[in-house]
This record gives sequence, C-alpha cells and structure tokens, in this order.
Amino acid sequence: MIVLCLAVPYIIELIMDDNRATATSGAVRTEIRTDLIDSPSPGDTVLVHAGFAIEKLSPEDSEELFALWDEVRRLAGENVV
Amino acid sequence: MKSEGLPEKMSFDPAGAAKALQNIAPKSLSVMEVCGTHTVSIFRSGIRSLLPPGYRLVSGPGCPVCVTDQGEIDTALSLLETGAVLTAYGDMFRVPGASGSLSSKRGEGLDARVATSAMDALLLAEQKPDREVVFLAVGFETTAPATAAMILEARRRKIRNLSVLSFHKRTPPALELLASDQDLSLSGFLLPGHVSVILGHEPFRFLAEEKGIPAVIAGFEPDQILSGLIDLALQQRKGIAKLHSVYGRAVRPEGNPKAREIMDEVFENRSASWRGIGEIPSSGLALREEFAAFDAEKKFSLKPLPGKPHPGCRCGEILTGRITPPECPLFRTHCTPVSPVGPCMVSGEGTCGAYFRFFKTTGGIA
Repeated sequence: MIVLCLAVPYIIELIMDDNRATATSGAVRTEIRTDLIDSPSPGDTVLVHAGFAIEKLSPEDSEELFALWDEVRRLAGENVV
Repeated sequence: MKSEGLPEKMSFDPAGAAKALQNIAPKSLSVMEVCGTHTVSIFRSGIRSLLPPGYRLVSGPGCPVCVTDQGEIDTALSLLETGAVLTAYGDMFRVPGASGSLSSKRGEGLDARVATSAMDALLLAEQKPDREVVFLAVGFETTAPATAAMILEARRRKIRNLSVLSFHKRTPPALELLASDQDLSLSGFLLPGHVSVILGHEPFRFLAEEKGIPAVIAGFEPDQILSGLIDLALQQRKGIAKLHSVYGRAVRPEGNPKAREIMDEVFENRSASWRGIGEIPSSGLALREEFAAFDAEKKFSLKPLPGKPHPGCRCGEILTGRITPPECPLFRTHCTPVSPVGPCMVSGEGTCGAYFRFFKTTGGIA
C-alpha cells in the first residue's frame, strides 16, 4: 500500500547508474530512482516518493519558521486580544 | 526521530501554541487543509483539540484516490476486461466502480497488480513481453513526474507492451475554483507540502495576491501543521494575505525545475473530471502526441465513461469542504472502511476514513 502524498527521507548510499541509486532509511535499504534530481551523491539526504527521489534536503532550516515560532512564544506570553 | 521541519534547538510546544491561538485567532476562521495526509496528521496528533472554538478546519480535494472520478474508475475496470495487466497503487484497489473494484475484479481472475512505483509497471512489461501492461496513473504533481520519468525510460528501452492510463491531476486549478467559491468563504489554505516540493511557491501565489486568501505551505509533522495554522491566524489578525512556507527544508521557492521539465516533456494539460467538483479546465495531464504509443486511452481506444457514483454518497461535498463526514447519512452505517461506498472512506488519506478512525460517534474528537 502506498500513501500517495507521502515522501520519506532516505540517505543515498551508492550511485548505481545515471538514474538509479541505493538508499537507506533507518533499517530499510532500497533501490531508488534519481531521474528527478540533479547530481545525486552518496551521503545526500533525499525525499523519496513512490520510488523516486523528488528533492534533496538541505541542512539549513527555515529562517521563516524560526521567526514564526519566536512570534508564537511572544504572543503566548502576552494578552494581545 | 528528529522532526522533518523544525530546527533541533526548537522544541514543539503544543500548550504554548494553543495559548497563542487563543490569543490571536479571530472569532471565526475557516481554513482548508488541502492534502489528505494533513487531514490524517491533524486527527492523529490531536491538533483540533488545541484550536479555539471559532477555528474551523475543512478538508479539501487533496486525496488523489478520492478525487479520481467514478467514470475514470469505470474506464480502468473496462480496460481490465480487455485482458491487459493493470498495475495501480494499492490505494486504488478497493475504490468501487459501477461493476466492482480492481480488488473484486482480481478475485474474478482478471489481472490487476499492486505497484509501489511506476517503475514496477515497466519492469513487469519487460518480464512479460507477451502481455500488455498498463499503469493506472493517479495523483497530483508529486506523483506525475515519476510517471513521466518512467515513460521516458520505457522509450529509451524501446518497450512496446507498456502504456499509461493517465488520470493525473493538477492542484492549482482546483484551488482556484474553491478560492472563488463564495459559499465556502475560506479564510486560509494549508497547502500540500510535497506538491509544493515540485511546483515551488509560484503556482500558489495567486491565492494570496489575487484572491486575498492567506496560504501556507506546510509539511506533515504536527509541529509544521500547527506552525501553518498559527501563521494563517496571524495573517488574519494582521489583515494581510501572503503565501508563506513553513516547510523550509524541502520546498524551495522555485520548486524542482528538473522534475517539472520531465513532467512537461511527457504531459500536457487537459480538462479533467474531479469527483464531486466536476470538470475543471486544464486540471488534468494527458500524454503528449509524441508519446501516443504509451497512451492507454489511444492504444485501447478507450472512451471516457460517465461517472455514476452511489446516489447516497456525499464524497463530493466532503471533498469541497461543504459538509463533514458525520453529516453524510451513510457514514458509519452503510459506509465503513471494511465496506466502503465511496473513495473518501477507502483511502488512507480520505477524509471519511480519517473521521472514522479518529472521530467519536458522540461527535467529539477521539
């Protein structure tokens, strides 16, 4: 069964050819397709959906998310109504 | 496991978030969570219990199985009758059509097989050169590039016994329709994270800039969803409408251009029929003429079949946020996950299925 919106992060282990790689997620090792991303390399973390890597994940986190939660904390501590 | 979207140094703080929402949310707020996976995650995490009374969440047409039109299911079933091997994602197997489901047809001896990837169909076609193999392609822009890549690979390998029945759908045209619907009067959209991984920000910008409705792209972890819901409340409070993303790790503003290029090489836009919504111009994806050899509609001369959904099934109204599942008379009585009447109850991402699992019969959140 596949949940159609689901994408799971995998780490690329080995590049097999131009469009295939082996990748791991926890204890699971599987073959994935890399047609949809540029320059996959061993060690890259990729989002895998329906057997295809659809994006590399960057190590940077969202500044926007930081800012939002800063604001949430501020508002949680204030009676702003 | 570390959350997908939140930085390590930031802890998820549901109590703080609930308090913030009590402080900032307007008295009335109606937000559509577009994606079925959001719907399930919202239930599973108990996020609804953190929302103030006026903060209403409605589910949208973001479950690919659910929006696949009844006529499309019937077309797939008719194709199975030709003797072809039909491969499809597992979610599609129990969706009832007029004459049964893929699952029941398999029980009758017809050859329907579960695929976990479009590549499974290609490999099967190579293994069985004497059989016609068809891949039933459903899903949004997250899934369509994979189908396109598989077709390109099939062309490279000169596979002749493989074709695709494309019922892929595009998200933005459906959202444009819903954003313009005065009856729904939505005050925010929680946008699907993985569709946005492919499309980026641009195709959704019109929601804020033209329709004046705040929109937030969110991932599927509870902290990301909650961040998105708070962002939408903040925008309402400030009287602004912007497109934001709280799924920073994966969604780049430009999306994934390579995936879009592959999708565009193989597919072109066409009108598509959505369950419960009807025909939406340019909301579907058909194979381009140069890929006609891989187009199951052409290969098998398939004609679109009119959908004849169960007369009592209200999936259509549920998919457009007009009613919630408990308002459907079939919910929990005639329609259950074991014996589903409509696709919203079949799919793991379907709104009815989520309500069945998480919503108490007394009307409260389980």
